Amino acid sequence: MGIHVEGVTKRFGSFTALNEVSLDVQQGSLTALLGPSGSGKSTLLRVIAGLERPDAGRVTISGEDATGVAPRKRGVGFVFQHYAAFKHMTVRGNIAFGLKIRKRPRAEVRARVDELLALVQLQPFADRYPSQLSGGQRQRMALARALAVEPKVLLLDEPFGALDTRVRGELREWLHRLHDEVRVTTVFVTHDQEEAMALADQIAVLHDGRIEQVGSPRDLYDQPQTPFVMSFVGAAAQLGERWVRQHDLDLRLEPTAGALEARVERIARLGFEARVELQLAGSGTVWAQMTCAELNRLELERGDTVWVLADRARVFAESS
Amino acid sequence: MSPFSGLTLGVVVTYLSLIVALPLAALVWQSTKSGDTGFWQSLTSPEAVSALKLTLLASLAVALVNAIAGTVIAWVLVRDEFPGKGVVNALIDLPFALPTIVAGLTMLALYGPRSPLGIDVAYTRTAIVLALLFVTLPFVVRTVQPVLQELDRELEEAAESLGASDWQTFWHIVFPNLLPGILSGVALAFAKAVGEFGSVVIITGNIPFKTEVSSVYIFGQIESGNTSGAAAASVVLLAISFGVLLLIGAFRRWATRHHA
Repeated sequence: MGIHVEGVTKRFGSFTALNEVSLDVQQGSLTALLGPSGSGKSTLLRVIAGLERPDAGRVTISGEDATGVAPRKRGVGFVFQHYAAFKHMTVRGNIAFGLKIRKRPRAEVRARVDELLALVQLQPFADRYPSQLSGGQRQRMALARALAVEPKVLLLDEPFGALDTRVRGELREWLHRLHDEVRVTTVFVTHDQEEAMALADQIAVLHDGRIEQVGSPRDLYDQPQTPFVMSFVGAAAQLGERWVRQHDLDLRLEPTAGALEARVERIARLGFEARVELQLAGSGTVWAQMTCAELNRLELERGDTVWVLADRARVFAESS
Repeated sequence: MSPFSGLTLGVVVTYLSLIVALPLAALVWQSTKSGDTGFWQSLTSPEAVSALKLTLLASLAVALVNAIAGTVIAWVLVRDEFPGKGVVNALIDLPFALPTIVAGLTMLALYGPRSPLGIDVAYTRTAIVLALLFVTLPFVVRTVQPVLQELDRELEEAAESLGASDWQTFWHIVFPNLLPGILSGVALAFAKAVGEFGSVVIITGNIPFKTEVSSVYIFGQIESGNTSGAAAASVVLLAISFGVLLLIGAFRRWATRHHA
């Protein structure tokens, strides 16, 4: 059940947006497709929705082959980054659209729309037009519209991308609660690793049209399988062949076996956290992350010489 | 109010007065020269009434046909890719560039007694409609085209994912967005058709009570020295056209009521 994507390839001209991508999404889960722009994450979501036709591969939704099925027959709800609000219809009209298309009885449509208006907390705005709503309200309307037809799968393409940071945070929490309540299989696209970590049960990291790794937020952070995943999910520094989280860099004031000599270039205190920029004796710079309390204990100054220990660094196999 | 709004308003009023209001006022003044009875007689003469009816009906018909044909053409030009699209796109505006009298001559050669196509509609009402369709073609195309270009494709994708068929998506989502543009084009096409002279004067034969439109009737009145009668007929034509344009404008405002 859930969504099953198998060997999907999609090209736009000479550009390969998706390269033999396979992914399993559990029934009722909340999955994030995470990657930088151009990684193919939106294309993968659109292939699942049927808005793009893959050049190769199969998509199965709830056990049924959906590869050649038109979007309107897939039972998916789709939410766009820029809301795609039907601006000539009221909020009520927008939410009712899918039900009216299905020719449901008027009373049933009304009851269902009222229910959804309550769910997305837009009752006072039912008779407004989208142009009279804020971005966050429009996106909640779009969500209610997609949920109205009781989709088997809810797909969200950068749903919070067009919102300011505060509203984005609120809506993220709200979506999480909504998912707990409605339990519809949900896949959302984001380029924001924090958003993916905060919301998703499962994250698929995409890079150059391929899936680099799929796992829980914890798996991806603690057990990254490629340098890309390590540096994209959380930050990472490269020390020659080795990759290490900045907070795993251990600074010593005395020469230590296995440590690299470095000079303190710059110190930034960010409140709880502090960053120390280091010029490595070999070559290159890295920055180390620590608490301000720890920085105080070390009594570091600009120009000091330190020894950097990276015991928890990882080495990845070639060419990943 | 911006600091310039007083100035711009003044410029607009002056400009419109010189270009539009004064000539129209002069026309009304001219129409009353022959006194009340003269004015009334010119209006109620059966020939004038017949020409007026024909003009309005033909113009409305042409505006409506263009509403549909223009929308379809705009659709094809925006949404379809085919070789020679640029040329076709440029072709749309040609009826504007061609002197309308030349358009009339061309129409007569094509659809007249010596039609190479075997279609002879010269001196009939069909010919009027054909000529008017030709000269008013660009309006709806050019008012709908930019709207369609700007229309967010995601709206259609959203409708589709919600279960709408292609037709339902067009009717419920695309069409309401195009409607204001279509109405603007319809208003322009109607106004142009009402006043059209050059393209119809040759092909219609100007048979009173049959193929004589108002512009040609008015020209006839001027030719025969009855300038105030011509002015009177023009004033009525303008008044009715103005009414129709106001109506279309009201409809257009209704269609854009959701704009904040």
